[in-house]
Amino acid sequence: MKYVDEFRDPEQARKWLGKISALAKLAQAGKDRPLHIMEVCGGHTHTIFRYGIKQMLPQEIELVHGPGCPVCVLPMGRVDDCVALAEHPEVILTTFGDAMRVPGSQKSLHQAKAEGADVRMVYSPTDALSIARKHPDKEVVFFALGFETTMPSTALTVLQAEEEGIGNFSLFCNHITIIPTIKAILDSPDLQLDGFLGPGHVSMIIGQHPYSFIAKQYKKPLVISGFEPLDILQSIWMILSQLKEHRHEIENQYGRIVQSEGNHNALSAIEKVFEVREFFEWRGLGSIEHSGVRVREGYARYDAERKFSIPNLKIADPKSCQCGEVLRGTLKPKDCKVFGTTCKPETPLGALMVSTEGACAAYYSYGQIDSNQIIS
Amino acid sequence: MRDLIENVIVKSFDNPALTPLEDQARFDLKELTCRGDRLAFTTDSYVVDPLFFPGGDIGTLSVNGTINDLAMGGAVPLYLSCGFILEEGLPIETLRQVTESMKQEAEKSQVSIVTGDTKVVPRGAADKMFVNTAGIGVIPKEVDIASTRAKPGDLVILNGFIGDHGAAILIARGDLSLESSVESDCQSLSRLVQAMLKVCPDIHCLRDATRGGVATVLNEFAQSSGVCIKMDETKIPIRDEVRGVCEILGLDPLYLANEGILLAIVPRDCAEQVVETMRFLPEGQNSMIIGEVVEAPAKRVVMKTSFGGERIVDMMVGEQLPRIC
Repeated sequence: MKYVDEFRDPEQARKWLGKISALAKLAQAGKDRPLHIMEVCGGHTHTIFRYGIKQMLPQEIELVHGPGCPVCVLPMGRVDDCVALAEHPEVILTTFGDAMRVPGSQKSLHQAKAEGADVRMVYSPTDALSIARKHPDKEVVFFALGFETTMPSTALTVLQAEEEGIGNFSLFCNHITIIPTIKAILDSPDLQLDGFLGPGHVSMIIGQHPYSFIAKQYKKPLVISGFEPLDILQSIWMILSQLKEHRHEIENQYGRIVQSEGNHNALSAIEKVFEVREFFEWRGLGSIEHSGVRVREGYARYDAERKFSIPNLKIADPKSCQCGEVLRGTLKPKDCKVFGTTCKPETPLGALMVSTEGACAAYYSYGQIDSNQIIS
Repeated sequence: MRDLIENVIVKSFDNPALTPLEDQARFDLKELTCRGDRLAFTTDSYVVDPLFFPGGDIGTLSVNGTINDLAMGGAVPLYLSCGFILEEGLPIETLRQVTESMKQEAEKSQVSIVTGDTKVVPRGAADKMFVNTAGIGVIPKEVDIASTRAKPGDLVILNGFIGDHGAAILIARGDLSLESSVESDCQSLSRLVQAMLKVCPDIHCLRDATRGGVATVLNEFAQSSGVCIKMDETKIPIRDEVRGVCEILGLDPLYLANEGILLAIVPRDCAEQVVETMRFLPEGQNSMIIGEVVEAPAKRVVMKTSFGGERIVDMMVGEQLPRIC
């Protein structure tokens, strides 16, 4: 398939792996542990496991799976609020597919649907708006999720609703923003990270400048990376090159999509509709300053949190769940106390077991290969 | 009601066992015993939405699905039953189209629909139409197919392009506003299995990869037989259209449902001959050896990725859901 297979060519992969192996020892020199490179984005985690990249890398490199799976970091209380919204008799709740199974404290949206709530899977917020047009007698709520990648489409949908004067459409806004969270990770005392694979699609919107502090202040290299397996290998090589040369810069491997200034139109739509929240709760990581956005006052009538009464309760993560340590990169999924025992993809306890982009689900489904130790 | 049954259903399925309209179909035991030494008996219910989709409809599905369930035990399918649950208000023409499809598919595989039942339920108590079919077939003497029989050294055979049915249904539902030319692969595999058994009566495992797809069936074989199945991603035929749908939605074609795809595990020394035989038939023309059975890691499916890595292919959990971004 054109424009896909070129980025998955095993011949090219061998070449890049050769270059990575040649650099790895030099880049790791002076360290008594492997290099820890965090892929921030869940899309990268998915690619790494799906193509078996983890097993292809030399032992000097360990990949740490970061917090960039928006479904995974959604706190239980927010899922409960969403379920409560879905259970309003006049509401049609619309959501992206992978948010359906995220467990709340009582149930997931999937279970709420089974109990009779009108929950519909959509692929874009504009599909939710179409449902609102078709059902003027119902209130259509869109479960708005994701980082800057999905924020512009939500913002543009609100602007579209306003232009058409559609009054029965609103957002339950859970959009989050990655920069404060990377900062929180960098500030954690048990930090052992040597570099970052930067999120490609978020960067397509925000550009590369917002990452500058990572290089300047924290002196870590970050390479914005695409999502195909060759993108990942090339980006890892770029990080190793920086480490070997003692550089720490923000570089862009995903030049075919990401421009250094980002996408102006998308950013202005976000700016128009959303404002930064003081705090937002992340599953496993706790409350992080300025890490979420909400609908601005001017668009209050499209804000489900203002339109409906919701419980808005804080629910603590299950005690045995160690998602936080995994998200910060200090614990490997398989070393978590409940991994594969009480926490499995069929019955996820922690959020990282829910989505295929979650580190634990990826380990569970694709990754147990290393524990078997027999692959030639 | 009697009119509906006689004019639409019996008219379509017309055959000597059904037409007397007794409360049961009756068969001559001798006719069965001359074909083999065991009966195979199976049932399945079909609730597909939409009823009609590119490449088939609920009728083709309900006949071929049950025929295939019999065929996967090595049985020669002979008789089907057919139960309809119809929602009040369903156009008779819809029912007629479905029974016509069922008749055609049954004829193709030389099976007869010999008994049936029809119920009409109030509007809202069923979604347009549900169909249940049960089937009886006879297993020839020397055949012994079981999911527990995969042995290290055996080879794994697949008969064609995967994921067509799953992708076609997903698109036909219209929720995703995608357009594509993918058609369901809904077809009977009975003739193909008979041809395979002729050249290799000792097929070890055989299963059609319906719900849960190829990945699920291979995991079932690996777990039941306590072996590891190693597959090679580059050998698995997938149409570009199906790959495209999966790329866009973030789905894995290995888990997409099929309705005309089988996986066979056969002794190494007859695998080539089985594949050659399969390729003579349209339903097997893209047959491939896609992997092998090894000892360890037991109960696992491992795939060599087209990128050169290796990964575990696990059982599917719940249903596949499109990813956010």
